[in-house]
Amino acid sequence: MRRRVAVTINGAKHEHEVEPRLLLVQYIRELAGLTGTHVGCDTSNCGACTVEVDGHSVKSCTIFAVQADGAEITTIEGLAKGSTLHPLQQAFWDEHGLQCGFCTPGMIMAAKQLLERNPNPTEREIRVGLEGNLCRCTGYHNIVKAIRCRTQGAGRRFLTEGEVRWRFHN
Amino acid sequence: MRQPADELSIVGKSLIKPDAFSKVSGQTKFADDLALPRMIYGRILRSPHPHARILRVDTSRARAHPGVLAVLTGDDLPIKFGILPVSQDEEALAKEKVRYVGDPIAAVAATDEWIADEALDLIDVQFQELPPVMSIEQAIAGAGEPIHGTSNVHKTVALEFGDTDEALRAAAHVREDAVFFEGSTHLPMEQHAAVAQVAADGKLTLWTSSQTPHYVHRALGKVLEMPMSRIRVIATPNGGGFGGKSDIFAHELVAAKLALVTGRPVKITLTREEVFYAHRGRHPVLMKVKTGFRKDGRITAMQFQSFLDGGGYGSYGVASTYYTGALQATTYAIPRYRFEAVRFFTNKPPCGPKRGHGTPQPRFALETHLDKVAEELGIDPVELRRRNLPKPDSRTVNWLRITSIGLEECINKVVEGSGFLKRRTSMPAGRGLGFAVSCYLSGAGTAIYWNEMPHSEVQLKLDRNGGVSLLCGAIDIGQGSDHILAAIVAEVLGVSLEDIQLTTADTDLTPIDLGSYSSRVTFMAGNAAKAAAEKVRDRLFEVAAKALQCDPDELIARDHRVVRRNRPADGMDFAQAVQLAEAQDGLVTGTGSYTPPKLAGPYKGSGVGPSPAYSYSAAVVEVDCDSRTGEVRVPEVWIAHDIGRAINPMLVIGQVEGSVYMALGEALMEEQSFRLGLHKFPSLLEYKSPTALETPIMHTYLVETIDREGPFGAKEAGQGPLLPVIPAVANAIYNALGVRIDEVPITPDKVLKAMNDRSKRVGPKSVPAFDFPPLINADVPDEWKGK
Ligand code: FES
Ligand code: FES
Repeated sequence: MRRRVAVTINGAKHEHEVEPRLLLVQYIRELAGLTGTHVGCDTSNCGACTVEVDGHSVKSCTIFAVQADGAEITTIEGLAKGSTLHPLQQAFWDEHGLQCGFCTPGMIMAAKQLLERNPNPTEREIRVGLEGNLCRCTGYHNIVKAIRCRTQGAGRRFLTEGEVRWRFHN
Repeated sequence: MRQPADELSIVGKSLIKPDAFSKVSGQTKFADDLALPRMIYGRILRSPHPHARILRVDTSRARAHPGVLAVLTGDDLPIKFGILPVSQDEEALAKEKVRYVGDPIAAVAATDEWIADEALDLIDVQFQELPPVMSIEQAIAGAGEPIHGTSNVHKTVALEFGDTDEALRAAAHVREDAVFFEGSTHLPMEQHAAVAQVAADGKLTLWTSSQTPHYVHRALGKVLEMPMSRIRVIATPNGGGFGGKSDIFAHELVAAKLALVTGRPVKITLTREEVFYAHRGRHPVLMKVKTGFRKDGRITAMQFQSFLDGGGYGSYGVASTYYTGALQATTYAIPRYRFEAVRFFTNKPPCGPKRGHGTPQPRFALETHLDKVAEELGIDPVELRRRNLPKPDSRTVNWLRITSIGLEECINKVVEGSGFLKRRTSMPAGRGLGFAVSCYLSGAGTAIYWNEMPHSEVQLKLDRNGGVSLLCGAIDIGQGSDHILAAIVAEVLGVSLEDIQLTTADTDLTPIDLGSYSSRVTFMAGNAAKAAAEKVRDRLFEVAAKALQCDPDELIARDHRVVRRNRPADGMDFAQAVQLAEAQDGLVTGTGSYTPPKLAGPYKGSGVGPSPAYSYSAAVVEVDCDSRTGEVRVPEVWIAHDIGRAINPMLVIGQVEGSVYMALGEALMEEQSFRLGLHKFPSLLEYKSPTALETPIMHTYLVETIDREGPFGAKEAGQGPLLPVIPAVANAIYNALGVRIDEVPITPDKVLKAMNDRSKRVGPKSVPAFDFPPLINADVPDEWKGK
C-alpha cells in the first residue's frame, strides 16, 4: 500500500511512492539523499534529526513521510547560500560549537527556530530551548556561546586580529 | 629544538577547525551517510538470553523470504578474534554459546532493512539457557557453568614494589576504604555503521566509523582469511567515539562477509539499542585502598585491590585491569606499592576503554580516600596533596617515567579561582565544595602488538604551488586531530592551514597510525608530522641556501617565504623553493615516524602504564544538594589542565569542557546496569545523560609545561580532565551534607539513604575474599631504594 508523497525540500521538489511506515527522516536521508540530517536514536530524544517543516522545527524521526505530504521542508543543506554560510553556521564554526559535528545540524536547526521565536534569548532560554538536543562532545558551552554570539553579533573571543583563519576555498 | 612561543605563528593560536565547514553545512559523510549503487542492508540477530548454549540455528525460512540475499551463521565466520593478541575470544557470530543479551548469532542481507528485520524473525534458534553470572559476587561464587573455559576469572594481577606490609606497620596513620564504581557507556551520538564493497577483482573495501582502522584491518585479514593487501579499510569521520569505537565489532566483519557472499555493497548501521550492547565501556569496579601516612601526611605505602566486572568477552580487559593500578603513583610520591586485581567474565556486554580507560575508577577511590584521610589528620585536603607531589623528571615506584608535571600549578589555579580554602568552611546549607587531582597518559607507550615499528607515521608531498599533501592513518573523532596535524606541519613549513590537504585513515593510502585511543594522536602522530615537516624543510633550506648563497642554518620559513633570519628581504617564495628542489632531485616528499622511547619497567605487566609524558589535572566542584529529595546539582566547576603546550587552546578548552560534562554524567546519573540479565536502560529515553540545562559554569585554566617529549611541548587533553571531576563531586557532597557516597553514580536515592542512615554513608562495606596469586616482588627503582 504505497502512497505518493510530494514535498519541497530546500526549494527543490521531490516526489516519491513510499510505504506509509517510512519516517520523514528516512525519506530525507534515503530518498532525497540529504544526509546532513542525522539519526542518533530511535526514541525521539537526541534531536540530531531536527528539520523545519512549514516553518516549525520538527524532529523528523517523529513523523511519517506521508504526514509531510505537501510540506515545505528546510534541512541543514538549505541554510547556506553557495559558500556563504548562514550566520548560525558561521557562529558554530567560529565559536567551536562542534567537535565531531554529528549533533550540529540538528542543533543549528533547533537554534534557528529558537531565535526566530525569540530573537534575544537569555542564556537560560537558550539552554531550555536546546534541551531536546543532545551533544556528547562539547559540554554545550560553545554551542550556547555560538547562539549568543549570533544574537549579539559579538563573540569571537578566541579569534584575535592577525591570526590566520581557515577559509573555505571553492 | 624548542622555540619560544612568540616565534610560533600557528601553534598556540585558537584557529578555527578546517573540517568544521563541512560539518556545519551538513556535507560531512559519516558512515551511515554513504550510499553505493546496488547497496543492500545487513541486520544482525542477537541473543535474547544472557547465557545460553545454542543447540540449533535454522535459517531456512529466512533464506526463503523474498528480498533476502544471504544469511550467515557462526559456521560462516568461524575464526575467533579480539583486539588484544592475548584475548582472541570473540566470534563475529556465536556458534556454540551466547554470553550476553545482544551477543550476535546470525545475520541477514536483504534489499531493505525492513525485509532484513522480518527475516531475522524467521530464524529459529534453539537455546539451552544457563544460569547467568551478573555480578562480581556471583562470578566469585562460581556456581553454574563458567562463561569461558573452566573459571570466570579472566585475568589476575599481583604486584608488589617494596615491602608494603612493613611500611604500613611502621606508618603513623593507616586508613582503608572500599568503594564501587558502576559501569557506564560512551553514548557517541553517531551509532556505529559500516559499509562493505567488493570490487570486480575481489578486493574488499570497508568504510567504518572506527577509531582504530588499523586493528580492524588486521582482524578482517584474520577472520576472512584474506591477505591484508586485498583489504582496504577507510575510517569515516567518527560522530563521537570516547573509546566506544576502538574495538573490532561483529557488524564490521559481518558486513564484509555479506558483501563477499552477495557481491553487492552491504551497509550495517547499528540501532541505538545495539550500540548499548556493543558497549566496551566503563568497567564496573569494586576497589579497596589502604594507605599508610607519616604524621606530616606523607604517604609511606599503599595497597590497592580492584575487582573488575568485565562482561562476556576479553576485549581490552587485560589492559583495563592493569590500568586500575597504574597511575596511583604518578600524582603522589608513593614509596611502597602493592597492586592486586582480578577481572571476571560476566554475562553482560563486554567492557573496555571509555575516556580515561581503567583509571577513573581508581582515581575515584584514591581521591575520596585522601579526602577522608585529610580530615582524620587535620590537614586540609589541598595541603595533603601538596605534601605528596612527585617530582618532575623522576620515576614512580612502579617504574613509570615522569617528565614534566604541572600539577602544583593546576592545584593553585583551581584553589585560588574557586576560593576553595576559605569558602569550603562557610558554605550555605546544602552547598559544598570538593577538590581532587589526576593524571593521564599522552598515548600508551607500548603498542597492542609488540613490535619494533613506529606507532605513528606521516607522509608529506609538496606540489609546485606550495601546497602540501599530508597523509596519516589517524582518524578525527571530533577531538580535532586533523587540525592539529595540519597546524604542526603548517607551522614548521611556514605556510597556512589552508595549504595543507589531509588524507587520513585509509589503509591503502595512508601510513600507519595505531588509532585514536589512549590520547595518543596529538602526541605521537603530531611528533611524526613534525619530523616529516622538518625533513622537507631541511631539504628546501638546502636548495634555497645555495640559491641565496647563504648557510641553510640562517634560513627560516615564515608567511609562505623562505628567508634569511636576519635579512628577511633576502629570500624566496615557499613555492619557488619547492620548484627549485623539485628541479634538482625530483618530487619533494618527506616522511616522519614516531616510536615512543622504551619505558617499560623490569617486571611482567610493566607494559601497561608507561607513556612518553603524563598530563595532569585538578578540579574544584561546587554542588547544591536538596536534602529533601537527595538531588545534587552542580552549578560551577573549576578545572585546570597541564597540557604541556596547547597547539590550539580553543580545541583544548573544548576537550576539557567535554570531559567535565561527561564526568558529571558519570558522577550523577549514567549507568549501564542490569536486571534479570537485561540491560535496564538500553535507549536514550532511559539512559540519562546531562543536557544543556544541567551543564555547569566551567572555569577552565590551561597550564603549560612545554614537555620535552611532545610536539612543540604538547601533551594530551582528551581524557585526563574527566578524571578529577567525579571524586570532586563526591567530596563536595560530603562538604555539603556530611554524607559519604562511596559509589558511582551518586543518584538521589543513595544520597537520601546515606542521610537517613546512622553511618552517613552508602557504599560497599568491604571487598569479597578472593585468592589472588602470589605477589610478584618487583624491584623498585634506585631512587626509591631505602626510602
Ligand atoms: S533521531 Fe534522535 S530524535 Fe530523531
Ligand atoms: S559535537 Fe559531537 S555530539 Fe555534538
